[in-house]
Amino acid sequence: MEDTRSKTAMAVGLFMIIGLFCVAYLAVRPGDLNVYPRKQYQVTARFTSASGLREGAYVEAGGVRVGSVVRIRFDPEKYAAEVTLAVDENVPISKDAVASIRTAGIIGDKFVKITPGGAEENLADGMAIRETEPSINLEELISKYIFEGGKN
Amino acid sequence: MPETEPHQAAIAVRDLNSHYADRQVLFDINLTVQRREIVAVMGHSGSGKTTLFRHLLGLKPPTSGQVELLGRDLTEVTRPELFELRKKIGVAFQNGALFSSLSVRQNVELPLREHTKLDENTIRIMTRMKLEFMRLAEFEKFMPAQLSGGMLKRAGLARAVIMDPQLLFFDEPSAGLDPVTSAELDRLILKLRDAMNMTIIIITHELHSAFSVADRIMVLDRGRQLMVGTREEVRASTDRRIVNMLDRKPADDDFNPDDYFNRLTSTVPKT
Amino acid sequence: MKAVARAMSFGWLADFLERLGRSGVFLAEGLWRLATPPYRLHPIARQIQFIGARSLLVIVVAGTFVGMVVALQFYDTLVRFGSVGLLGAAVGLSLLRELGPVLTALVVIGRAGSAICAEISIMRNEQQIDSLECMAVDPLRYLIAPRFAAALISVPLLTCIFITVGIWGGYLVGVILFGVSPGSYLGGMYDAVNRGDLVMGGAKALVFAVLFIWIAACKGYYLHLDPAGAAGSEGVSRVTTEAVVLSSIAVLCSDYLVSAIIL
Repeated sequence: MEDTRSKTAMAVGLFMIIGLFCVAYLAVRPGDLNVYPRKQYQVTARFTSASGLREGAYVEAGGVRVGSVVRIRFDPEKYAAEVTLAVDENVPISKDAVASIRTAGIIGDKFVKITPGGAEENLADGMAIRETEPSINLEELISKYIFEGGKN
Repeated sequence: MPETEPHQAAIAVRDLNSHYADRQVLFDINLTVQRREIVAVMGHSGSGKTTLFRHLLGLKPPTSGQVELLGRDLTEVTRPELFELRKKIGVAFQNGALFSSLSVRQNVELPLREHTKLDENTIRIMTRMKLEFMRLAEFEKFMPAQLSGGMLKRAGLARAVIMDPQLLFFDEPSAGLDPVTSAELDRLILKLRDAMNMTIIIITHELHSAFSVADRIMVLDRGRQLMVGTREEVRASTDRRIVNMLDRKPADDDFNPDDYFNRLTSTVPKT
Repeated sequence: MKAVARAMSFGWLADFLERLGRSGVFLAEGLWRLATPPYRLHPIARQIQFIGARSLLVIVVAGTFVGMVVALQFYDTLVRFGSVGLLGAAVGLSLLRELGPVLTALVVIGRAGSAICAEISIMRNEQQIDSLECMAVDPLRYLIAPRFAAALISVPLLTCIFITVGIWGGYLVGVILFGVSPGSYLGGMYDAVNRGDLVMGGAKALVFAVLFIWIAACKGYYLHLDPAGAAGSEGVSRVTTEAVVLSSIAVLCSDYLVSAIIL
């Protein structure tokens, strides 16, 4: 009996280890779970259109992921989308940086791209990025290319 | 073990009626069993004895009437109280009802492990005692599937008495057994009463085992009790149904071959 | 005559409601016993071994091949649009959100659900459940609660194993067989999958675990109350079949519901 008991325990232990390993793999790799909670600070940015942007979307600076979109809400006063970004603490954003909503590839996910400005001072937690470019509509982009590109 | 109010009857059934859906299966059953008494409930299959058994164990609530075990009315106790009461009651089911995933010893010691905080050694000794009493000591490591019918019943009985209950119920002790094995079980039942002061109820359809162990016999037929009495009283009964039963015939044996033939042919359309 | 009257009136409705109510109470009581002490670890471990550990091999094999075939199909489609870069995302998302939880649940139902239903119904049939009652041992706590716990632990773990194995099965086909770059397969998948997808997969695994163990255990436990009457070996085989069919259907229906609620 003790023998079957320990065999059961071993089988269960093995199963649990394999299972938990897979849980951990899925959570950390595709699931972007932060094992060590990264120190981040939050800034807001107001876009005339945040069309297609989702909470959890990436924030990129120089093509590298530096944070994510925490919250998107509609600001009735300004009639615009107010997007809250969580940015890694070691990534400074200058006061005149530009936040723009871009698309990965032609039909990929939307993300927020931060282009640095030239100001000395950086944004602190809770402050807002002034300069923004809204989400670009594919049709607009194409027509822009046709008409403006034609002039060059 | 302190008896709960010794003057009280061990079992009292009063005006018990029982239904399955719309069908009434027991009619006005009355039975009082004194302590240290062995009572056999006897009847053919379908006489309602299994239903009565389930009522006595509190597995089925009666339509009307009362069942009292050790002075507690089963219709009034709460579930925790019922569980407390059941710790003083042992039940041996027809084919042992042993758990097939546990060995004989694990089956027998299960109530001890569930209800007591005894140490491993004491549990082992107590289990060993009961298994030896049932002459199963050398089979304690066997799985139920490896045992014969008689051994299964004895193992079930060992599990039923492991907590030294005051009341013991035994469903069909001799069903499906050869006469020798059956007689051996009968001796065990008597020994249990004499050595452990148990009150014992036996549900059986076999005359022989009922008459060999019971102090009193209750005869059931189609949900009605025909009589409750000592062996002599039952033997002396002139009730046709009981006489038929003792002659091993159906209780309402008025079978007439000519009649039967007439009834059969009368339904055939004449050409 | 009576039967006709019953059928004409709402007798069937009353029967149905009674069974539904009984099952609901069964689930609530089982879960309640899970939540309240005393806890029994050894029986739970035994059931995890039965439901989880012994399903490991079949889940790994099934997961590998499902991942492979999904990668094959998506590759064949995506290559026409020149977007094989999305292969990882497509395989990862479909496994995580749909195929992993659903197929794991179906495999577990076939392997363990049927066995649990048959085991419990045989215990009912052989009066083992009655004997527990008579030994003052609560059958729900002794038999049912450990199975509930084991299902709630095992099914999500098996689902994660299925998905992980499936992702690497897809890797085998996509990257090794068709030469998609490993970076685009894995990176594309890691980027496309977010926490919401994980939550959806996990929620489904839990819902399916509850459904399958509930139906299997309840069908077996109430064998003796089955309206068709016949207990015995025929009754056991019938309730087992019913449990497998019903829990498979329940998994597929609830799959849609959970998706619709979360999306």
